[in-house]
Amino acid sequence: MPPFENLPTDLVLQGIFLLVAGLIVVAAVAVVTLRNIFHSALALILCFSAVAGLYILLEAPFVAAVQVLIYVGAISVLILFAVMLTERVMDPKMGARNEQWWLGLLLTAIAATGLGAIVGFAPWPLSKAPIINDQITALGKEFLTTYVLPFEVASLLLLMALLGAIIIAREKEGG
Amino acid sequence: MPGCKTYAILFPAMLQDYLLLAVLLVVATIFPIGGLITAFIIRPHRPGKIKGDTYECGLETIGETWVQFRVQYYIYALVFLIFDIETIFLLPWAVAYNQLGLFSLIEMFIFLALLLGGLVYAWRKGALEWI
Repeated sequence: MPPFENLPTDLVLQGIFLLVAGLIVVAAVAVVTLRNIFHSALALILCFSAVAGLYILLEAPFVAAVQVLIYVGAISVLILFAVMLTERVMDPKMGARNEQWWLGLLLTAIAATGLGAIVGFAPWPLSKAPIINDQITALGKEFLTTYVLPFEVASLLLLMALLGAIIIAREKEGG
Repeated sequence: MPGCKTYAILFPAMLQDYLLLAVLLVVATIFPIGGLITAFIIRPHRPGKIKGDTYECGLETIGETWVQFRVQYYIYALVFLIFDIETIFLLPWAVAYNQLGLFSLIEMFIFLALLLGGLVYAWRKGALEWI
């Protein structure tokens, strides 16, 4: 008889959740405390990956795949590039401290209070609807029938981002 | 099989598919760390000035290690991001394709044509040229 046969499923799920959530918190703290901004970016990738684990726990595999493809795959590359493209990013003479730290502190305090209030006062209702088995098919159908206009607008938005990026980069090159 | 029964009790059906992924994740984490630790234990420790030198491809490094990259590389990353998102939109459409009519095909062609226009623009502007 296996040793854990009587252990309820919930306990295992709780354990996995705590593991994933702990990883997210550790990675997120590392992002803001590491002194090398490049290491911060790498910690952010770890944080993104752990969030994908959270989506899997929520039984949303498509969202998890999106998280891995978009955030871990593309956004992190964008952030790493942004770090590497920054002028004098590793210059020791560059101050690591921001002169507007008091403003940052103020905004962080407001945001933290707001988020705390939401966590404390929101009722957090659990949806009674059963989890759809074939989520991707359902999503595809909704995309191309009910939400076809937002779907096409998304394409337009991506086009705008592409054109805007090219124009800005070209200007940089000229000047 | 008693082993399978344990999984069934410990993990709900949805998460069982990810068990293999979790095992792979653990092994993939242990593998490099274990290698480093093993190397640390068994390697001889005789540091010297030349041994401690920084090198790249066997040669001494020239100039700064942290250099500013050309801003054009950002465009590659952005173009990659945009077509990555496009892939995400393509997947649900492809999965549901058999249950959708001709209309959905036209819709997807409009979606792709818009982005293709962007790609052609990027190409024509020379943003995709490797520098």
